[in-house]
Amino acid sequence: MAEKLLELRGISKSFGGLQVISELDLHVDEGEIVSVIGPNGAGKTTLFNLVTGLYAPDAGDMLFAGETLLGLEPHEITARGIARTFQTLRLFLNMTVKENVMAAAYSHTRAGILRSVLRTPGMRREAREIERLAEEKLSFFGQRLMGYRWDQPAFSLSYANRRRLEIARATATNARLLLLDEPAAGMNPVETHEIAELIGRLREDGGYTILVIEHDMHVVEGISDRVVALDHGVKIAEGSFDQVATDPRVVEAYLGTKAAATK
Amino acid sequence: MSIGPTDPSAPRVGVDEWVASHEQRRTRRSGILGAVDRELERLPRPAFYLAFGIAAAIVPALTSNGYIVKVGLDTLLYMLLALGLNITVGYAGLLDLGYVAFYGFAAYSYAMLASPRFGLHWDTLAVVPLVVVATVLLGFLVALPSRRLLGDYLAIVTLFFGELFATVYQNGEHMSLLGFGRAYDVTGGPNGIPNIDQFNVFGARIGSLNYQAYYYVALILFMTLLFAMYLVDHSRTGRAWKSLREDPLAAELMGMPVNRLKLIAFACGAGIAGLAGTIFAAANTAVFASEFDFTSGLLIIVYAMLILGGAGSLGGVIIGALVVNVSLEVLRTPSHATWVFYVLIAGTLVARMRPWRWLAVVIAGTAAFGFAVHAIVAAAWPRGVHGQAPIGGALGTGLRHWVVLPSNPMTIGNVAFICLVLAVLALTLLHGWVQRVALIPTLYLAAFVWENRLAVEPSVTRLILVGVILIVLMNARPQGLLGTSRVEIV
Repeated sequence: MAEKLLELRGISKSFGGLQVISELDLHVDEGEIVSVIGPNGAGKTTLFNLVTGLYAPDAGDMLFAGETLLGLEPHEITARGIARTFQTLRLFLNMTVKENVMAAAYSHTRAGILRSVLRTPGMRREAREIERLAEEKLSFFGQRLMGYRWDQPAFSLSYANRRRLEIARATATNARLLLLDEPAAGMNPVETHEIAELIGRLREDGGYTILVIEHDMHVVEGISDRVVALDHGVKIAEGSFDQVATDPRVVEAYLGTKAAATK
Repeated sequence: MSIGPTDPSAPRVGVDEWVASHEQRRTRRSGILGAVDRELERLPRPAFYLAFGIAAAIVPALTSNGYIVKVGLDTLLYMLLALGLNITVGYAGLLDLGYVAFYGFAAYSYAMLASPRFGLHWDTLAVVPLVVVATVLLGFLVALPSRRLLGDYLAIVTLFFGELFATVYQNGEHMSLLGFGRAYDVTGGPNGIPNIDQFNVFGARIGSLNYQAYYYVALILFMTLLFAMYLVDHSRTGRAWKSLREDPLAAELMGMPVNRLKLIAFACGAGIAGLAGTIFAAANTAVFASEFDFTSGLLIIVYAMLILGGAGSLGGVIIGALVVNVSLEVLRTPSHATWVFYVLIAGTLVARMRPWRWLAVVIAGTAAFGFAVHAIVAAAWPRGVHGQAPIGGALGTGLRHWVVLPSNPMTIGNVAFICLVLAVLALTLLHGWVQRVALIPTLYLAAFVWENRLAVEPSVTRLILVGVILIVLMNARPQGLLGTSRVEIV
């Protein structure tokens, strides 16, 4: 069994009287692809918001590479090696494609204002390094984000390419764990297939560990080592795709009790 | 880490790429203008900045007119202010309405440390850095409680700070510690602080009211900071500022410490305003709190410069400050203002009126309408055309035969002004050819009001005209003259 990269122990979160996540245990091993599924409102995105530090959990502990994430600012968590994409895209729309990726190198680079103005050799080396990193990350997507696209503003990209750019931006933080929030949402079948392939390549070639929220069951089936099903903030099933997909509680959560009974 | 296979030498030629470059092909101008356009595009930005710097450096050598140098100095101070505001507003997207207070704080701080006020006459090389550092710290202090505020809320808090500053300095002639002990006159109250020391660098003292020397001091500092900002613009911090302007939450989650970046942006903006403040105090030899409060309009003017030039654009800082401040100065003279008035109207007509034959109809119609009215009035009421034209020259002579100029224009001019406002409002309700025909008497009415009332009161009309220029320009280019158009939601 590989080392646990991310581990959540008894995490709970409520907004007012609404319990969104209750007593959740979850772990992602190094090099693993774990999918989180569940109906709308099950608490999947809240889970991501907790891990990335946007919300503080009411109870429980979160460990990343053996160290707790509690009490860290979101940017500190990113610097530790967790990067995410957003369900509703949040690109820096008026910056160029390349700048979007270069901006994400902030946490692992050092040059401040003074060094940028004085153009010290170290700063210039670092600037070249950032540029090379951005080009490398963008080249991961084949010709999709290459060449003339580098200097175009992000808003000029198509929807599918924006999703790709978000992934490229997340990888430029030099993360070890990628949290992908519905990477195939709004994509056509061909693009969906491509994204599934890409997620596999992110692990094989990029060496990333991946936690992904996805509604498209073909994608989930194709990429997941393990699937976790949430409903009303509770983990209702965990295991291989086949185990989870046939679990009566999962069917019930998606289709209701009657359907589960007739299955 | 090995990343997927790529081959940049094999571009994906096809519909995709063609569509992407379509917009560029469409906007490419043809002919000589297009060629000039393309050549200019190829030049690096610093070449333009350098060209501006050289041009600005030879201006005082070309003229012995002290007034022009003074206007140039004011414009450079505005440029410095706009450059600082560009960091806070243009890059980091923080709506800072207390910005002018940093300028005032620095001007007063310089005045207190180098004037007979407290008998301190510190050396310039000590005072200026000290004041700039103090202003940076003040920027930090203001930003500290404000850094978690977004948009409008930040604007309210900073506006409050700006007014607080002006009120305290305006009334600071009886200041004591929490009401205990003796009251001291710290700021001079409404009388301000007079007799401020001149800059004195290594024993070389700038003579009193030697604007030319301060012009060069301001120019050198501005050019240095301009190039520094150009480097910051493309640096790690510059990108982070722009990211947080675009989407603070995404920036934070991509590893950028948003709160710290906001503090730095605030403090940098404040520091540049502080530098400008010290020059202002030394060059003018006196400071008054009323110059820095909201009613002085300074804040509005600096914002107008930044937005007109294009927020986030360094070239825009130069162009914006030049256009606004030079316009304000030019419009002080009625004859200049008259030219601006008519050129503005003609330019708007040429730019907006389509098809062309309607343009000809409106212009010819207005001219004919004017001569007809003039002839009728001259026949029926001779005193109505015997007034004084406010300006001489060819334009003035021409206008005397066209515009009705009563010998006592006060009342009739005021009434006409109200009618003009109503006519313009009515125009917006009309459509099609009726609107275009109605435009003819309205234009004539505008000329009548201008010649009889507005041209003779430049202190009021120059603000109206600058406002109109801003409205017209912002309609034509919402992103500012040199700004890039921004997309908020797609």
